Amino acid sequence: MNLYEYQGKQFFARYGIPVSPGEVARTPDEAVAAAERVGYPVVVKAQVQVGGRGKAGGIKLANDAEETRTHAENILGMDIKGHTVEIVWVEHASEIAEEYYASFTLDRSAKQHLGMLSAEGGVEIEKVAEDNPDAIARIHVDPVDGLSEDQARAWVRQATLNPAAEDGAVDLLLKLYRSYVEGDADLVEVNPLILTTDGKVHALDAKVTLDGNAVFRHPDYKEYDATQVRDEREKLAHEKGLQYVGLDGSVGVIANGAGLAMSTVDIVTQVGGRPANFLDVGGGANAEKMANALRVIDSDENVRSIFINIFGGITKGEEIANGIVGALGQVDIAAPIVVRLDGTNADEGREILRPHLSDRLQMQPTMVDAARKAVELAGETPR
Amino acid sequence: MSIWVDEHTKVVYQGLTGSQGSFYGLRNRDYGTQVVAGTNPRKAGTDVGGIPIFATVAEAVKETGATASCVFIPAPGVKDAVIEAADGGVEFIVVITEGVPAHDEAWFYNKLKRDYPGVQLLGPNCPGIISPGRANIGITADHIALAPEPGQAAVGIVSRSGTLTYQALYELKLKGIPVSTCVGVGGDPVPGTSFIDCLRAFEADPETSAVMMIGEIGGSAEEEAAEFIKSDMTKPVSAYVAGVTAPPGKKMGHAGAIVSGGRGTAQAKIEALRDAGAKVGMNPTEAGELMAEIVASLAPSWADPPLG
Repeated sequence: MNLYEYQGKQFFARYGIPVSPGEVARTPDEAVAAAERVGYPVVVKAQVQVGGRGKAGGIKLANDAEETRTHAENILGMDIKGHTVEIVWVEHASEIAEEYYASFTLDRSAKQHLGMLSAEGGVEIEKVAEDNPDAIARIHVDPVDGLSEDQARAWVRQATLNPAAEDGAVDLLLKLYRSYVEGDADLVEVNPLILTTDGKVHALDAKVTLDGNAVFRHPDYKEYDATQVRDEREKLAHEKGLQYVGLDGSVGVIANGAGLAMSTVDIVTQVGGRPANFLDVGGGANAEKMANALRVIDSDENVRSIFINIFGGITKGEEIANGIVGALGQVDIAAPIVVRLDGTNADEGREILRPHLSDRLQMQPTMVDAARKAVELAGETPR
Repeated sequence: MSIWVDEHTKVVYQGLTGSQGSFYGLRNRDYGTQVVAGTNPRKAGTDVGGIPIFATVAEAVKETGATASCVFIPAPGVKDAVIEAADGGVEFIVVITEGVPAHDEAWFYNKLKRDYPGVQLLGPNCPGIISPGRANIGITADHIALAPEPGQAAVGIVSRSGTLTYQALYELKLKGIPVSTCVGVGGDPVPGTSFIDCLRAFEADPETSAVMMIGEIGGSAEEEAAEFIKSDMTKPVSAYVAGVTAPPGKKMGHAGAIVSGGRGTAQAKIEALRDAGAKVGMNPTEAGELMAEIVASLAPSWADPPLG
């Protein structure tokens, strides 16, 4: 789950990480009212989950109510890399002396947490990593030990931050690590982390990604789930509890298992087609699940054909075939369907499907054959 | 031979009294696995299909001599269940449960490494491990796995994906190729057992003649495996990597299957594996065909009984 900046700052504030006072606004009136409360000068910041807001004109300084209104009017409704701005964050402007970078994430290779700190903040860290990798101080933190104050201090010195920022940075990094672990985040990133002209260290931005698997111990994260950026198809799939990723092609894909679903998307591409989505219908593949999957695929107006790729493991071919037949009885699908059914009792399953076969429901013996047929039915030339 | 588990392995099932635990626990027992105990602190003294339930893993180990555990506990309880198993004295812990928070995984991986160095963890979010004809611990559809005849050489399988594992077992069965052991390492960010752990064990297993490896996008486990194949493996490897066309920044079903910051792409993994000398198929069927070619090239020694 990706958080907006304002959610990230509220998340940080819970762990005592210093952030600028600010408020959310959805209209120019709300923005002005917020600015009056937080005190001028203020910064009006577009809330989108994409980088490059500043360059796109989505971050503006305002010294009074009139300027705040003008900026809010311009920014609300603005399109930034395909994301429409619906919310602005209005915060008290900071007097910046220096800009740094700090983050924690999981290093999957080392199987430990990775902290990155740099005296070169305010720019994309990927660019710093490329141009001047030595400017990033990295530490690995053992999840069992956690981050100690001594470790944090040595790290801050290694990153050559201004000595005036040392105590503030150590304190902030310890809190940032705590927010990362206790908040079950996949990523916490502060860019820039600033030293103000009056010697304070605080988070001027917040990029936070939370682990969806940890929602059971953070019931309040449901609120973040509700603000995730999803297209209409993804919303519907999410409501139905399906693992779905929208793509922009014409062949709808349904498979059981994440690996097989990925593989199916690949094979459609390999034979010259363009997949419309990734969809893992999960184990069991009963009529209810299959019908929901078909509903989601059918809601995509780009879909010209549907490829159902099922491998029977514990679930037998007959059950899967009955699921498909049952689903087709529940929903009226516009696009023609190609089924590849293999694995446990595949022959029995195919026998169940056979009387239902037509131009609208076809069957192919292998993944490659089925992919080619689906691509052909989508009006493309398979290879 | 097989790796890690066989017909002698005694297993305790944590969560045997639940619907998933009892379904697969009994299924595994029917296959021949020594399912000797289950645990549930509230149901100690009862049984599931004749399998005794103990309050803790420690008691189950003491009473039955179990050396492995299989965890079917729901995600919120997995962290405690893993430590209970290690504390209780088992050497091999298989966690089937999906949806375990990444911070819990990172924590118990490092905790085991430090305080229980003799314990091996497989999973979480994995189908388990099967040594066909000998033992199945987990949810693998065992009837699609071909067991080797006594003394017959076989192929080892290691995979990050459940259904693709089944697909691989099936492709090999259709071609009459038996499997020594099939390990599902799981699709999570911090798998307890890595590709390299499996490759090393297969390299050392006299019954295993070749290895089929199924990877997917995200992380760098395949690249690390490729380095190992290049430097340490004499046995041939065929491979497949799912997710060539996955868009960056999206989790493709598995928590660990994500291309982030340009890293973890299928292309990079395929290149690394090819560079290491593995034969890489562009779909699971092709990887199966490549394995059949490998097996055919090994044919003379294949049919022979193992050395000694």
